[in-house]
Amino acid sequence: MRPLPALASALVALMLASLTVGAADIRVTQAFSDPQALLVLLESRLPRTLSVVLTGAALSVAGVLIQALVRNRFVGPDTSGTAEGAALGLLAITILWPTSPLWLRMVAASLSAMVTTALFLAVIRRLPVREVMLVPIAGLVLSGVLGSVVTFVGWQSDLMQYVGTWLMSGEFSGVISGRYELLWIAGAAAGLAWFSADRFAILGLGDQVATGLGLSTAAVMRLGLAVVSVVTAMVVTTVGMIPFVGLVVPNLVARIMGDNLRASLPVVALAGAVLVLGCDLAGRLVIHPYEVPAGTILGVLGAVLFLWLLHRRPPRSKPAHG
Amino acid sequence: MDRRARIMVGGMALLLAALSALWMLQGLGGGNRGFILGLRGTKLAALVTVATAIGVATILFQTVAANRVLTPSIMGFDALYVLLQTGFVMALGSTGLTALPAGPKFLAEIAVMTALAALLFGTLLLRGARDLPRMILTGVILGVLFRSLSGFLGRILDPNEFAVVQSVSFASFNRVDATLLPWAAAITGAAVLVAWRLSARLDVLALGRDPAVSLGLAHRAMVLGVLGLVAVLVSVSTALVGPVAFFGLIVAGLAHGLMRTARHAALLPAAALSAAILLVGGQWLFERQLGQAATLSVVVEFAGGLFFLYLLLKGRIR
Repeated sequence: MRPLPALASALVALMLASLTVGAADIRVTQAFSDPQALLVLLESRLPRTLSVVLTGAALSVAGVLIQALVRNRFVGPDTSGTAEGAALGLLAITILWPTSPLWLRMVAASLSAMVTTALFLAVIRRLPVREVMLVPIAGLVLSGVLGSVVTFVGWQSDLMQYVGTWLMSGEFSGVISGRYELLWIAGAAAGLAWFSADRFAILGLGDQVATGLGLSTAAVMRLGLAVVSVVTAMVVTTVGMIPFVGLVVPNLVARIMGDNLRASLPVVALAGAVLVLGCDLAGRLVIHPYEVPAGTILGVLGAVLFLWLLHRRPPRSKPAHG
Repeated sequence: MDRRARIMVGGMALLLAALSALWMLQGLGGGNRGFILGLRGTKLAALVTVATAIGVATILFQTVAANRVLTPSIMGFDALYVLLQTGFVMALGSTGLTALPAGPKFLAEIAVMTALAALLFGTLLLRGARDLPRMILTGVILGVLFRSLSGFLGRILDPNEFAVVQSVSFASFNRVDATLLPWAAAITGAAVLVAWRLSARLDVLALGRDPAVSLGLAHRAMVLGVLGLVAVLVSVSTALVGPVAFFGLIVAGLAHGLMRTARHAALLPAAALSAAILLVGGQWLFERQLGQAATLSVVVEFAGGLFFLYLLLKGRIR
């Protein structure tokens, strides 16, 4: 079975299902005769479905990039200080300039996410040996430390409500038309990465090999850092961080397809969209008409998948980085 | 204990006594003295109990894991306890839960926690000794998994019950459940006494599996027993103040640095005392001097996290 068409049809099916599930009791088939149904569809269900798909796809691609930057399979945008960095930037701009325009808040979040991710990369470079498992541990602890700073500042400035929506489990129930469009930027940034997919694949081979092949590693690193930070910042700003997607999806796809990123990035994006949409749908159905956030479900599912990835036998083909 | 260790422990005990006196008596105006002293006394007892539990649990765990960078919290013990609490609330409902007497309920929680922890982490430690970093990462992710599961169950509960769960999911040295305190102090005392009586065997255990076995130690039973003790102590501290990730790491580091010995008879009291000094002193500073009662746990987390990263960069994890 080819992964791309299979995933694409799964995604279409899930998207259609997502249009029919929600708290409002409407018939999708009557959308053109019943103005109420049309309103719910266009203002709430369609935006929500799109936002989930964009988030899943963009976060998974960001995961591939950060794994190439760090050359480690066990990190993701949520365990490298990136999300906490974005939240710090948002906090700072909220405190310094409460009435700042939206674009400025996005820029602040993205820049701050870049700084903390660069900090993570600097810490990784100084780890004593290339011990594969130490890198994710360092990332998790750094995220924790940064998170405690965010919490502290949030408490002090009485902005804990915001911090909660940014960093505690992300959810899509608040998405309506006009409230999620930032995620298109995340999607566009992830799409940009596809054009340089081969460069990231080479970067994953290691500094010396990449330089020997005539690649400017610094430039590619900067691009990857920018994409990861922008994607994460947009997701944190609009729906809140979704854990483990950027970590497990690239791993699962690489197991099947290897590391030819030009071929596998579209599959990664689709798989991420399918995974997050599946979790969001499950969250809508578990205690219908109430909801469990998609981020909470992914926290459980992602952790289980991660443990499985940690303890499975390595695949027969040798991974390019690790 | 040799002479140096005795002097150190004596000095620390004196310092703690001085801090406790400061905590009890500083700024005691006229007014209702008995009431104020009662409040302060409860809090002081709680802080010392928690500090002792965390200090001793961390040293014990580091001995079992043969590693100075690990703490029970990093490996997900606290998160397991919070998950258990959530499970209890789910099974009984918050009304049923509050109707139960606090003491026996607490004992039941600790019993379940001990069995689970010995099973889970015993398997992990006895199997994972070959590949330490992988084992640590597994523990960290287990912690994340337990927290996510608690969050998931919490979402399914109704909001009132969720509030009960949420109150135990965040660390705060400010909130102490006074009904649990006598139980917690008694259990901690018993566990510490057992650990103290085992200190010679712990010294042997710290040598590593093969030397310990050849010196006649029942290695497997000892590992599981010590893990059980750790689970008891972590349950106590988590029940009283919530999960604290890196505090134990600082305390164990201090104990090793101050005592410069591998003997548990010296390390255990040193860890407990330095933890109590930090907590009582820190809480006094933040609550009385800076008027920020809630920030101690955040500062401790921050400092502990940085210390952990420092140890990682120094290559101490292997």
